[in-house]
Formats: sequence, C-alpha cells, structure tokens
Amino acid sequence: MEKNIRKNHEQKNPKNIRAIIECYEEIPCDPCEIACKYGAIIIGKPITNIPVLDMEKCTGCGLCIANCPGLAIFVVCENYTDTLGTVSLPFEILPLPKKGQRVKTLNRNGQYVCRGEVVKVIETKSFDRTPVVTIAIPRNKVDEVRGIEIPKR
Amino acid sequence: MNNRIVEHPILGKIDDKEMVTIKVDGKKIKAKRGEMIIAALVANGIRINRYTLKKKEPRGIFCGIGQCTDCVMVVNGRINVRTCITPVVDGMVIQTQQGLEPRRDKIE
Amino acid sequence: MNRWELIVIGSGPSGLTAAIEAAKNKVKVLLIDENIKAGGQLFKQIHKFFGSSAHYSGIRGINIGENLIKKAEEVGVKVLLNRIAIGLFKGKKVVVKQGLDNKGKNIEIFEADKIVIASGAAENAIYFPGWTLPGVMSAGAVQTMINVHRVLPGKKILMVGSGNVGLIVSYQLIQAGAEVKAVIEALPKIGGYEVHADKIKRLGVPIYTSHTIVEAKGNLEVEKAVIAKVDKNWQTIPNTERILKVDTISVAAGLKPLIKLVRMADCKCIYIPELGGWVPIHNKNMETTYSGIYVAGDVTGVEEANTALEEGRLAGIAVAESLGYLDKKIACNIKTEIWERLKDLRSGPFGENRFKAKNEIIREY
Repeated sequence: MEKNIRKNHEQKNPKNIRAIIECYEEIPCDPCEIACKYGAIIIGKPITNIPVLDMEKCTGCGLCIANCPGLAIFVVCENYTDTLGTVSLPFEILPLPKKGQRVKTLNRNGQYVCRGEVVKVIETKSFDRTPVVTIAIPRNKVDEVRGIEIPKR
Repeated sequence: MNNRIVEHPILGKIDDKEMVTIKVDGKKIKAKRGEMIIAALVANGIRINRYTLKKKEPRGIFCGIGQCTDCVMVVNGRINVRTCITPVVDGMVIQTQQGLEPRRDKIE
Repeated sequence: MNRWELIVIGSGPSGLTAAIEAAKNKVKVLLIDENIKAGGQLFKQIHKFFGSSAHYSGIRGINIGENLIKKAEEVGVKVLLNRIAIGLFKGKKVVVKQGLDNKGKNIEIFEADKIVIASGAAENAIYFPGWTLPGVMSAGAVQTMINVHRVLPGKKILMVGSGNVGLIVSYQLIQAGAEVKAVIEALPKIGGYEVHADKIKRLGVPIYTSHTIVEAKGNLEVEKAVIAKVDKNWQTIPNTERILKVDTISVAAGLKPLIKLVRMADCKCIYIPELGGWVPIHNKNMETTYSGIYVAGDVTGVEEANTALEEGRLAGIAVAESLGYLDKKIACNIKTEIWERLKDLRSGPFGENRFKAKNEIIREY
C-alpha cells in the first residue's frame, strides 16, 4: 500500500485536481471505468485489471467517487486557495456533515490528522445513497486525509 | 431500552408500521406488527431465549435463519418455536423455555 | 396443481435467475422457499456489488433482490413461500412442509420433470470456551438483525474473521450505529479484499491478524472477549492475551454448502475445501449425476452473489433446452457467454482457486 501511495504522490498533475483510485488488488470489478464520462479510467479485459487513471483526461469531476462499490476513490485538489487543498470522499455514515461544518479529519488508519471545513456535500439519485463530501484542509495534507471523525452516538 | 435503528444511511428512516403488544414472561412489550419475535425481543434488550435442561445454561440467537434452533421459546403454549423466523401477532404470549417446558425459576 | 415442469428449491439469487430463465422460455416453473420472504441472502446486502458493469455491479444487493422478484412474477413463475423441502425422492417427488412453528403444519407433495436445487450455504461455527453465551452469533445473524430487522444485536462488537463477510458486516455495523472494537483473523494476512479492510480501517477499527479468540466471558450474556496472538502452529503465544469489553461476538468463519437435499437424491459429491466442503458434482449444464436434477449457487461451492446469479441462469437455460423449449444452438451460445462471464468473475488471485476447483468438479462428472 505504501509503495502505491508514493506512486500517487509522484504522478504529475497538470490541473492540480485529480482522482486517486486506492484499489491495488486484482478483483473482478469495473463500475469506475463506466462511471467516468471522460474515459479517464481504464480497466479493459479481464475486469480484474487494476484501474489506471489517465491524468490528462481526468477533470476531477468526482463522478467515480460514488460509483466505486469499494469506496476506494478520492478526488484531491491541491490549490483550492493559497494555503488550502481539498479532499472529496464518499461518506455513507450518519450523521452526514453539513456544508460549513468544522470536522476532525482522519488518515487511512482512522487517526486524527487535522481540522477541516466541509465545503460541499453532494447527494444525488445517481449516487444511490453514497453522498460525496468535500473538505478543505491544509494543502500538505491532501494525500493523508481519507476520513472524517463521526461523533459518538 | 430501544435498540431499534431508527435512522440508517442506506435504509432510510424506519417505517412506522403499526405496533402490537406481546407478553414476554408476563411482561408486556411493544413489537412491530409482523416482525420476527427475535427482533422484538432484541429491540427490548432481551437476548436470552432459553435455558438448557441439565446445566440450566442460557442460550440466544446464533444463526438467525432457522437452522440452529438456539433461539427457540414457548409461544402461546407451544414449545420449540424458532423465534428468528416466526412473526409476532398481537396478544402473543412468549415464555423463556427451559428444556422442553416454560422456565419456572425466574430468580437468577 | 401438483405437477410442474421445473421446481426450483430456494429463492436466493441463483434460484431466482434459474426460475426466471426457464419461465422466460415458457417452462412451467414452481419456486419454493422456506422463508416468508423470497430473495435469500440478497436482502441483507445493503452494499453495492462488485463484478462486471455489464451485469448488476454497482447496484445494492437489496435492489437486485427486488428487481429479480418482480421479474419472476412478470414471467409467470409461481412462488410458494414458507415451504420447506423436507424430502426429494425417486421420480423427482418433492415433499414440502408448510407452516410456521407456532401453527399446525401441512404436508404437500409435488412432482417435477426437472429440479434445480439452489439451497445455498450456512455459516460455520467455531468453538471456544463461552461460545454458547447469548451474544455470540454468526455474522449472518448480525447482518439479518441490522439490515433486515433493523435492530442492534449489541453495542460493542468483536468480529472474528476477516474474510469479505467479516469486513463487510463490520462496516455495516458501524452504519447501523454500533462500535466494532476489533476484527481478529487467525491467519497472518487479511482474508478479504483490501478495499473492504480499508473502509473500516479509516473508521478506526483495528484489524489484528494472527489472533484468535480464547474465551467469551460473561454471567448470562457476553460481557468480555479474551483474544491472543497465535504462532505458526495455531498455538496461542503466552502473555499476548488481551481483554476486549464487548457485548457481542460475531463469528465470520466461512460457510458450508447445504447439500442435504442433494445427498437425499443420491447425487454424487466431492470434497473441496476451497469451496466450503462437500459439493455436488455437476457438468457444464449444472446437471448433477442424477439426470434431471440441477444445482446452482452457493450449494455448488461458496462463492459470491455474482456467480450465483450466473449459475442460476445457466441451470434455467439448460432446463429449458432439455425440455425442448429452447433451440440447441441458441442455448449453446447463451451458455458459452455465461461461462465466459463466470471465468471473468473467477479470475485474479481471489478467484483462481475457485476457478480450478470448479473445473475439477466438471472433470469428475
């Protein structure tokens, strides 16, 4: 996993916004390929191929995020402002954060990273109950933040 | 105690199905019409369905699909009713089973 | 009516697709299930399925179930629920018991030209001191309680087993509002897909590999679980014991095919651990060694909903063909396509063993 994350860091990002597909095993699954209307995700045959992202074609639109059954796709933007970047992630837990809400962000192991502000929440019928939440965080955290702390019920 | 999942990110808000009243070891509890007996019990914090005959050990749900018989209780006088696949009916009388009869010694 | 061209036993994904494909080709189909609702395990699967976008991927199991049941009705499948097949006898007689445990039961006898046994699989138990305490239950029971009955079986859960079932149910427990204290796995490596494990790791759930459950403690119900590290020989390593305060222990230790009816009909079986144990031998038409009796889904080997859907289709098409309702050439083309899709679903490191095992079954026929 670590090797793959470093590879993601290194990929040149002309538009400074990109999808990150954290799916590194050969499992039979290809909805992400169909979801991308720009053809930026390539799986081909057999469908166990690991998805490859074409950075030139990726616009960071985020359609792939809700369509991945494994919730393994994120969209990161490094220059939301001079100091802030954003991470968009799928969030299928209640309570769903609201726009403007301050949240505690978590890394891949569920450990606290930093505070962030929710800048967008998208829920549409085509996302089929997988809302996509965009959080603004310090730019240097975009490759670390992958979750939001849920308040204990 | 209410262990019902009232709001769920995928399943939505719980439906407001009609409630009925059933008796469990003499105590009245509310259940949703047509739900499995085990659901009504667990919703009310009741996880013991029966006690074994010889060692008087407690047993509760294990497989949840009618295969293991760990969840059987006495229902309207009938023993060995699998509560995980039997729906509630208004006025149903349910008793903790011990061996092959309703449990008599209630004091633990 | 007691005589049918096809009786399908089990209305899970494979039973439903078998019934639908046969009925679409004008076969008179009776579909029976012991439960009061059709759909088998589909109605617990609130997550989006993997697989090919050409077939049901990205759709939640519950919606696939609804669609299939609707389709079965549309194509004229007769569905009888609350019917448990208690006997399968010569002449393809199916003896069925109807009725709830708390009411009187009724025996019905049906005869068929062809039968598809789609009885699925059931969960394995693992034994440890305290395993009989209320609060110790199968992962499937947990899933039924939270996703079908909408009730929390407990508030603090220990999940035993890190295969896809253990990982998915752990995630669904969090969605239901419970806390998963840990997932433990006896092997040194997580059993299921990394993406499933990542989902719960992000939510702070620790996954302890090379760990086993030592004991479930509690007076009348589970109050604590004792776990410990194991060495290469499955022996617990001294001084690695840890106590977890949990009220529920969910056991996800694999499934085994429910072959009771298959054995009653004297169909030959073969033991294949990769597929869950004893499985019926069948040919490329999903027909067993008893002519006219077919099998499909988890009863032929524990795989996934996707493969079950395809195997059911295969059996349904094969039955329609053998009854003369479907042209041989057309049937052959459809079956070839289905086998291609099955090959796809059984590729990659997770599917390879199942692919080999399934080929072994067909070779044995």
